[in-house]
Amino acid sequence: MSTKELSKRGAVWLDALTSSAPLQPGFPPSVRVVDARLGEHDARFIAVVPDPDNPFVRARSGEVGLIEGWEIARAVRMVIDADEGRAVKRPIVAIVDVASQAYGRREEAYGIHQALAGAADAYASARLAGHPVIALIVGRAMSGAFLAHGYQANRLIALADPQVMIHAMGKESAARVTLRTVADLEAFTARVPPMAYDIDNYASLGLLWKLLHVSNADAPTGADQSTVERTLQAALDDILADPSRGLASRLGSPHRAASVKVRSKLREEWR
Amino acid sequence: MDTQELLERESFIELDARSRAKKLLDAGTFRELLDPFERVSSPWLARQGIVTQADDGTVVAKGEIDGQPAVVLGIDGGFQGGSMGEVSAAKIAGSLELAAEDNRNGIPTRAVILFETGGVRLQEANLGLAAIAEIHAAIVDLRRYQPVIGITAGPIGCYGGMSIAAALCTYLIATREARLGLNGPAVIEQEAGIAEFDSRDRPMIWSFTGGEQRYRTGLVDAYAGDDTGAIRAAMIERFRAGRPDACRSERVEEFLQRLSEVDAHAQPTPQQVAAIYAKEFLS
Repeated sequence: MSTKELSKRGAVWLDALTSSAPLQPGFPPSVRVVDARLGEHDARFIAVVPDPDNPFVRARSGEVGLIEGWEIARAVRMVIDADEGRAVKRPIVAIVDVASQAYGRREEAYGIHQALAGAADAYASARLAGHPVIALIVGRAMSGAFLAHGYQANRLIALADPQVMIHAMGKESAARVTLRTVADLEAFTARVPPMAYDIDNYASLGLLWKLLHVSNADAPTGADQSTVERTLQAALDDILADPSRGLASRLGSPHRAASVKVRSKLREEWR
Repeated sequence: MDTQELLERESFIELDARSRAKKLLDAGTFRELLDPFERVSSPWLARQGIVTQADDGTVVAKGEIDGQPAVVLGIDGGFQGGSMGEVSAAKIAGSLELAAEDNRNGIPTRAVILFETGGVRLQEANLGLAAIAEIHAAIVDLRRYQPVIGITAGPIGCYGGMSIAAALCTYLIATREARLGLNGPAVIEQEAGIAEFDSRDRPMIWSFTGGEQRYRTGLVDAYAGDDTGAIRAAMIERFRAGRPDACRSERVEEFLQRLSEVDAHAQPTPQQVAAIYAKEFLS
């Protein structure tokens, strides 16, 4: 993506939902970790935010890079380790506003795929260990960055807002890789829902647990904040009432009929 | 590989996904699930004027490996660059989910994934991405019971969200021909400019992301020649080794320690990467 104003949404929502509780020390400026209450429960909130002074230059605009991937993993695993053997596992909330993964030579050289796997592994392991994991998407949730930070959650919640975007690749690169013009790509996105870049089309895929309307996604009002807090608590209750620790709750949409058909046929033939 | 070995070996890279799966399974045990005759293909490609393939480019093969129940998930790099669409990715995720369920029911099913993939199929974009997250979830689940082994042999390599899947595997096997990286060269060039990454500079690309360098830097576990027998032997050796103390994606502190030694301001050479990454993990 070209240079854009750095998004403040991750930081703003993290601050709002944790009543400005202090940041956990020991993390880099791009990974903010806060322990605060979520209703009756202690919870850990994690956000990746832009850091214009990030030593890795390709990760200065809110991308998930080498350091961010492994630091997210550390923040999550601290909670898993601390709660080991406890009956009640702390919820983890990923606040998602991630521009993309970091695209750069250093990143490939030092194995950014492994760093992102470290983060995805930590969230998935937390979920399997019984930690309720919720992703709240307040801005962009792009590609590998979202796979590392959010997509392993038990429940996905997104704000219904034009700046909220979930996608596999930016338009220019997607056009290049699929040998299309950007105009052609846009024409297809209008009639192929999984290719679309807007949140309403994404919602039609059935992956979100809730799509939330707020009045100001950049500077949440008190009412916006309560709406989101209530929804996070409802998500938590829903997770706790669900015996499954997997991701099967995402398979309900007619747009995922083929995903369901493949699974049921595999089961018939499995033996 | 000397001349005699070269004459006697059977190339793995030249095999298609179905033949690869057959060769990795114990002789006579191969049985394909959701085979091409069932014609479960992509519901999204046709409406974009793209020809579908009857197996959507992924082979699910059940059988035995080393006498134990196994499933081999072979991605066909020849169809849409091995990209993950809704169906192909669901074949992988669904099979891994069933293998984990088997283990919970006392059946020790193990899994091998053959990574020849550019990652998400952009014509199915968000459904591919979502399904890759489900593959990640299923690998982490199954890995608790049995090793999940990834093999990337080439020529496509392993990219995008599927490079993350590969990095979640208990063990990874690569050949010299293979490349393993998050972002494809053309995409890095598009996003960051040609000075950052020249997608036509093949020696540079292999020097950082090729199988040999990934083995030297500990990001894959085994480095095999393009020989079906050698790859199968490496796979069986890893299955027999069982679960290590920690999988690579669990070694958080060790990777952070390594990254703290990196000079982030300079572009590295492959040798510098190896100097920092080639150290053995503790335990």
